[in-house]
Amino acid sequence: MSTNVHNVVLHVDDVHKTFGGLHALADIDLAVEEGKTHAIIGPNGAGKSTLLNVIVGRLAPTSGAVVFDGQVLTGKQPYEINQLGVARVFQTPEIFPDLPVLHNVMTPAFAKRDGAYKLHIWENLLDEKTIQEEAEHLLQDVGLWERRMDHAGALSRGDKRRMELAMCLIQHPRLLLLDEPTAGMSRHDTNTTIELLKKVKERGMTKIIIEHDMHVVFSLADKISVLAQGRIIAEGNPEDVRNDPKVKEAYLGGAH
Amino acid sequence: MLGLSAKDTGFLLFVTFLTLATPILLQPFPESSSLAQFNAGYPDLMQRFAIFGIFAIGFNILFGLTGYLSFGHAAFLGVGSYSVVWTYKLLSFNVLPGLILAIVLSGIFALFIGFVSLRRSGIYFSILTLAFAQMSYNLAYSVLTPLTNGETGLQVYGSDPQYLMGEGSPDVPNLFGLVMQDSMKVPVGDWVFTFNVGYYFTAVIAIFVFYISLRIFRSPFGLILRAIKTNRTRLNYAGINTRPYMLAAFVISGMYAGLAGGLLAAMDPLAGAERMQWTASGEVVLMTILGGAGTLMGPVLGAGFIKYFENIFSKINETVLHDWFGALPEPVRDFLIGIISPFVGDGWQLTLGLLFMLVVIFLPGGIMEGAKRIGSLFRRKPSQGGGSPAPKAPVEAAETSNQPAE
Ligand SMILES: Nc1ncnc2c1ncn2[C@@H]1O[C@H](COP(=O)(O)OP(=O)(O)OP(=O)(O)O)[C@@H](O)[C@H]1O
Ligand SMILES: [Mg+2]
Repeated sequence: MSTNVHNVVLHVDDVHKTFGGLHALADIDLAVEEGKTHAIIGPNGAGKSTLLNVIVGRLAPTSGAVVFDGQVLTGKQPYEINQLGVARVFQTPEIFPDLPVLHNVMTPAFAKRDGAYKLHIWENLLDEKTIQEEAEHLLQDVGLWERRMDHAGALSRGDKRRMELAMCLIQHPRLLLLDEPTAGMSRHDTNTTIELLKKVKERGMTKIIIEHDMHVVFSLADKISVLAQGRIIAEGNPEDVRNDPKVKEAYLGGAH
Repeated sequence: MLGLSAKDTGFLLFVTFLTLATPILLQPFPESSSLAQFNAGYPDLMQRFAIFGIFAIGFNILFGLTGYLSFGHAAFLGVGSYSVVWTYKLLSFNVLPGLILAIVLSGIFALFIGFVSLRRSGIYFSILTLAFAQMSYNLAYSVLTPLTNGETGLQVYGSDPQYLMGEGSPDVPNLFGLVMQDSMKVPVGDWVFTFNVGYYFTAVIAIFVFYISLRIFRSPFGLILRAIKTNRTRLNYAGINTRPYMLAAFVISGMYAGLAGGLLAAMDPLAGAERMQWTASGEVVLMTILGGAGTLMGPVLGAGFIKYFENIFSKINETVLHDWFGALPEPVRDFLIGIISPFVGDGWQLTLGLLFMLVVIFLPGGIMEGAKRIGSLFRRKPSQGGGSPAPKAPVEAAETSNQPAE
């Protein structure tokens, strides 16, 4: 493709994370290229979510650093990291269960437009037409528009996840982290989500996706890193990884 | 209108009407009827309805929206009262400078207490606010006696300078000569309605601060406060620093409390430390929960309910009961009085406690939830599953979504 193919936006640099005696992450180096979808796969407990937690500032790494677009993320607050353009869909949906679906999606848009602090006490939500229209549009994209008035807590697990995706997309993040974005979804909804993620890729959004569903991984990923017991044991384009014997042993072949 | 939707404007007008008509609405029983003692349309009580309504409206902005339960808001009530009495002592009996001072000072206090207390959440936050309030209460009796006059309470003496007192200035609380305690009694048939200056002064202020609370509820700021209540973590990962939002909510509710405290002293030129006691902090919590935390009207109704109980129920003593049941045969009468008397008169708190328990268990949304349930019994259920076409929907969507339980 073009010349800036190797423009790396996210560097994970020699990150270690221990919980007591447990090495959840060891020697992790990762380079995610701009506009690409980087999948991280691996068996349960491999440390995939822990890696995302380190990136978004939920966990501080024991050593090592994360650099996003020239800025060191390590040590920053989660809201600061988000303000730099990093959004995340969590493995267990993190939503506002007591708010209507529409407001769930609108809230992050205010953070994007106004920054982390600005207090709009004297404005009426009803006048926020631009944000509301975009939220409704996204809800149509993820197939939840009919449920926009329902309390988010009443949604099914799969629907919560799709809503959380809309909550992230409304921010137009530069880097989107997806922790099993299709878990709990029907085949049909999974396919819709894949299509949606392909669409946002066309807009140049960089993504890291954790997924157990190989159909999803191979439909979306440009590059795959395989994590097992806290270490990256293989990395490369989907075809190479699929045929890597170490991967078959540690993960894919585990089913044999 | 006024930055509100048509529906909210109507709601505000309705509330305004109720507030202004209170002296009539609370006087439903003719003077000569035996139920006249249930009338609540006398100045002192109506002023309390409005003042504690303001206190609860402000408290609700913090507790109802964000879920942070402060147990120390009475401290701001105290600050407000002392501010007003001090302006009486130094300037004059005009209440306006004092009320402004009350709002400013309680805001500064709240900024400090909030800054420290909001480092923790949940029960630790509650305990920190309680500790601050108790500290203020104790200081008012000890080190701060030069400012608070200790146990006697702060009041105006003839020797006070009162630099702004002119020749004709009234020597009771007033607004540019309009004396708070002045009333006009209007007899209509067997009813007597009392229109009191102090009540209307507090009522106008109450309507105004209710309007501000309505605006906050409908604003993006209000949305973020609600989001804090339901999932604070998510907000952090969505790019919001929740601290300034929490602190702003805390300071605003502190200023409401300061205003309420100031108004107490504007109606009655006294300030005592007992206003800052933890029971007073607990009372506003009860009012808000009883009425319905997070709803606009709930806290006001809760405040009215509790003040009504405190003032009306407490007056039903055994003599009154004897009057009521006088016509019954003696054993029946004694039996009834025996059963009822523990719950009325001095026992009003027992009744209130039981009611509170019943509400929390069966109506967690408070009086407002009860009203809604009764309302929905009469109203036909609106058809669900709005398959309405997309173009028209956005407005309609926002219209409903902005009204979380009135
Ligand atoms: N906060 C924590 N404290 C202690 N141990 C943790 C913590 N978070 C994760 N772990 C442990 O670290 C290891 C890696 O967990 P992680 O959640 O990253 O796995 P994962 O690859 O996301 O697995 P899954 O596919 O099941 O989601 C596990 O053994 C887990 O128990
Ligand atoms: Mg995981």
